[in-house]
Amino acid sequence: MTTHDITITINGEAITATVPARRNLVDFIRQEAGLTGSHVGCEHGVCGACTVEVNGTPVRGCLMLAVQADGAHVTTVEGLADTGRGHRLRAAFQTHNALQCGFCTPGMLASALEYVEGGGTADRTAIREHISGNYCRCTGYQAIVDAIVEVIETGEGA
Amino acid sequence: MKPADFRYARPATLDEALTLMAGEGEIAALAGGQSLMPMMNFRIAQPEVLVDLNAVADLAGVTEMDGTVRIGAMTRYSDLARHDVLARLPLVARALPHVAHPSIRNRGTLGGSLALADPAAELPAVALALGAKVHLASTHGTRSVAADDFFQGLYETDRAEDELVTAIDLPAATAQETYGFHEVARRHGDYAMAGVALTRRDDGLRIAFFSVSDRPVRAKAAETVLRDDPTKLDLAIEALDEIDFTGDLNGGPDMKRHLAGVVLRRAWAEVLA
Repeated sequence: MTTHDITITINGEAITATVPARRNLVDFIRQEAGLTGSHVGCEHGVCGACTVEVNGTPVRGCLMLAVQADGAHVTTVEGLADTGRGHRLRAAFQTHNALQCGFCTPGMLASALEYVEGGGTADRTAIREHISGNYCRCTGYQAIVDAIVEVIETGEGA
Repeated sequence: MKPADFRYARPATLDEALTLMAGEGEIAALAGGQSLMPMMNFRIAQPEVLVDLNAVADLAGVTEMDGTVRIGAMTRYSDLARHDVLARLPLVARALPHVAHPSIRNRGTLGGSLALADPAAELPAVALALGAKVHLASTHGTRSVAADDFFQGLYETDRAEDELVTAIDLPAATAQETYGFHEVARRHGDYAMAGVALTRRDDGLRIAFFSVSDRPVRAKAAETVLRDDPTKLDLAIEALDEIDFTGDLNGGPDMKRHLAGVVLRRAWAEVLA
């Protein structure tokens, strides 16, 4: 087995480990850092449950190798909770029942944050297009779009 | 659903990457990984060596010269989508939002899409419609291939195993140029069930379909019909019989044949608008 010594800074904390080349990023986050907020769903880039930020950009955690993130800064849903970033989105998700089982929520928040922080408008079609890569099997998306629209229409930031 | 074991290399320069590509065993170049990683997770692909191109800075970026836009192979979709050059590449700008989903576009690259040659991908057909030129390099040297000759079959291209796609040249749009694009998909961002990209310039009309055959395909008979008379759309749609339609999970050849007519009708309306 081919291994690599890597260090990834996750939510501000540097995690160093020896990992197989084939270990993907979301498994590293869950197994080496013990942060299980990022979920593993389809493992082929379709469901979006594993979406995390790498150097500030949301990516699929199942389609990037941990070794590729050597030296990178990763933010997961736990990191958002720690810093308070995205707190308005999280509150709006709660108010609007934009989650039921919660499996998609960490990835959904990462995509929604990119949209809101990127200056996205309250246009429902544009919001739906932006979150089109994140499956939710509970809400039917309506409540998620409601929550994002409210955050955009009622104040500054996410 | 985890990839099989492999050796991983991350070259910092193109020369290093090409030397690695010329090595022994089954070698795969890793660009954005948004198609290769799923194939490896499914173990459809089991390369022995993975050559990660993400640290090769020379492969990313956009340059312009004499009406030609050169896009580095490792330029990511989302970086291209934010680039000023899109004002000169309106067909690319039109097609990009249809390429998968935002977090996929944050990683996926133009060169990766061309080298993979997925028949359902948008950018290979856009490259065909624009008459693009694909630049390749290996330890033996460099060469370039017209998009018309590059796509040779299902996931098959003119690229040799030890070659890398390094860049793609696209002609900047002229003032007279009009273009059209349409695809039908089950969900926005999903693989197209059928799609078409086309450009009309002074020097001709180019129509390229995707997700209707085993590769992106020109519709040359339809091009001739519409170039001679832009109102003869029904005749052009009849002429699509020239295409070797192949089915996929979405439907058989007959459905692809039907959808090709539908998307051409809608894209042509954009051209005439």
